[in-house]
Amino acid sequence: MSKSSLSEQTLLLDHGSGGQASNRLIGNLFFKYFDNPILNAMNDAARLELTGPLSMSTDSYTVDPIFFPGGDIGTLAVHGTVNDVSMMGARPRYLSCGFILEEGLPMETLERIVASMAHAAEEAGVTIVTGDTKVVPRGAVDKVFINTTGIGEIFADPAPAGNMARPGDAVLVSGTMGDHGLTVLSGREGLNFSTDIKSDSAPLNHMVEALITRIGDIHVLRDPTRGGLATTLNEIAGQSGVVVNLQENAVPVRESVRNGCSFLGLDPLYLANEGKLICILPQEKAAAALELMRSMPYGEEAVQVGTVRDGAAGPGKAGQVVLETPLGGHRLLSMLEGEQLPRIC
Amino acid sequence: MNVAESFRDPALCKGLLERLHAELEQPLRFMEVCGTHTVAIFQSGLRPLLPEGITHLSGPGCPVCVTHESEVAAFLDLAGRDGVILATFGDLMRVPGPKGRNLKLAQAQGARIEIVYSPVDAIQLAVSHPNDTVVFLGVGFETTAPTVAGTVMMAKQQGLANFKVLSFHKLVPPALKVLLDDPECAIDSFLLPGHVSTILGMEPYQFVAEQYKTPGVITGFDPVDILESLLIMVEQRKRQDYRIVNQYRRAVSDTGNARAREVMFSVFETSDALWRGVGRIPGSGLVFREAYAEFDALQTLDIAVQETPPTPGCKCGEVLKGKMQPGDCPLFGKGCTPAKPVGPCMVSTEGSCAAYYKYSV
Repeated sequence: MSKSSLSEQTLLLDHGSGGQASNRLIGNLFFKYFDNPILNAMNDAARLELTGPLSMSTDSYTVDPIFFPGGDIGTLAVHGTVNDVSMMGARPRYLSCGFILEEGLPMETLERIVASMAHAAEEAGVTIVTGDTKVVPRGAVDKVFINTTGIGEIFADPAPAGNMARPGDAVLVSGTMGDHGLTVLSGREGLNFSTDIKSDSAPLNHMVEALITRIGDIHVLRDPTRGGLATTLNEIAGQSGVVVNLQENAVPVRESVRNGCSFLGLDPLYLANEGKLICILPQEKAAAALELMRSMPYGEEAVQVGTVRDGAAGPGKAGQVVLETPLGGHRLLSMLEGEQLPRIC
Repeated sequence: MNVAESFRDPALCKGLLERLHAELEQPLRFMEVCGTHTVAIFQSGLRPLLPEGITHLSGPGCPVCVTHESEVAAFLDLAGRDGVILATFGDLMRVPGPKGRNLKLAQAQGARIEIVYSPVDAIQLAVSHPNDTVVFLGVGFETTAPTVAGTVMMAKQQGLANFKVLSFHKLVPPALKVLLDDPECAIDSFLLPGHVSTILGMEPYQFVAEQYKTPGVITGFDPVDILESLLIMVEQRKRQDYRIVNQYRRAVSDTGNARAREVMFSVFETSDALWRGVGRIPGSGLVFREAYAEFDALQTLDIAVQETPPTPGCKCGEVLKGKMQPGDCPLFGKGCTPAKPVGPCMVSTEGSCAAYYKYSV
């Protein structure tokens, strides 16, 4: 990271006042990194050119720590929204970006975040076209909160949706589960728990586009972020009125993540992912879809983890996820009540 | 396959299950008294694969579940005080006290509560907050108590006056005795806790076999461990030769960890304790010895533990004693769910009712 481009070293309330300090921040930082004609026009709103049905999603990002192996709050703010927009079978085009910043934040920290957002947006091929900055008194937020809203053009017809899983479909995931969740947990202050794991924060829009244009007939696309694979599959099972059968030993989990989870009393199936997708499509298309995913960045470890079936056939009822264990037993994989808490013995 | 994986080997499990089916001549009602076993049995999918004649019962094996309402009331009392920071293991946060209040709610309403992974972290907290009193919530079995005792010794060495422990630790063997003394007790064998036994060894359980003619097997947490232990129980009952066996030799020494016990009993001594769903059990708790009284939150912070009556309609006492299966409780899944637990078995993720609710298809 180069030396800060701003003469100021520390963020002050003045930087959110709308006055000259605000203008310096916008000009020297945001315009420098997000540089594009729509933003640079400096109008009250962005003028966008879009056609056809649109996909839109918003998300607010608050993470502690703000920097972690494999990413930071900036990469999350871009990848998270880009991925959500993509899962509708859309090409994400534009992002808005709202910062709520804590007074006293080192300017260098903010610049690092903005630079990594710009880099993430470039890789995903999206443009940050409008933004807002507020600076609040110390303690009113934890360092930095970011909201991004994304908009994209839906090109899939019919577009994948959570209620389109059908009996006989295959359930694929694009890679290992739980990397992001455990990375952030172990990076959190007070938890001196060292592993070689890193967040999987990544844009998935190119993979989505390839799956839809080259494989087709994709019934469901979802990114299993908060709540992890287990929660997302429960949502899909509920929306589609089907049972999702998950093969426990097929779910890819890194050894270090598995060990870390075992140590902390956590279940990797409930940990967040930030660069993985679930793809549900007819079984006969599964092999081709996996081959395609494995040939792309962020999809090398793609694998089939389960199948979709009718509620009447076998254990479980419509809306449930049934896990088949390596022993050949089965159990319910339910939704969590709240966040996972480490346990006592 | 590495060593750890071999204890989950499906082929080995299949062989053990076949042997269990072949050897089982009379019904077996076994109880595990460790929440990690409860979860392991459900998570592995072992339960539906066991022979029909084997009934699995979940005992009072999770320290969070057996933390009494009146003890939670004491946490909440402390949480509301100025100048107090509570340091706790995470899974105490949701345990409901009187009127359903818990530490999560107290935190949302302004109480200062830090989740720690080790009591030593609470010492750090006390050092970095010299003007506050840091109270570590001492909940756990013999597995946890020695570490807490060691932490108290550290605090004494450092002369750390603003560090306190609320000791609600509980001991497993006295609870086994209560279960066995109950005339309605319907437990044939005990799957003895792996973690607790790393400290205790085999000796404290001998009365189970000798006085009550009941097999007890100290068991690891993988499916191969559990199946092997069930076979041992079945064989002992067939031969009417009742013993305590250490199946979990890769982690548990037959004599346990004498040093840990010494540390534990130099800081604490046994006392009666309240168990949620069970009541008062003689000699099942740990209180501070005089030499460490300055770290006792109960004495120094003037906390009164008032015994509250059990919740009406709650059948957890029956479930914990193996008299009732969770699904047979009239409140199960209706008035009592993990989101709004009524009794101790639904409280922690390792509680028997919570495991039933979460995992049973």
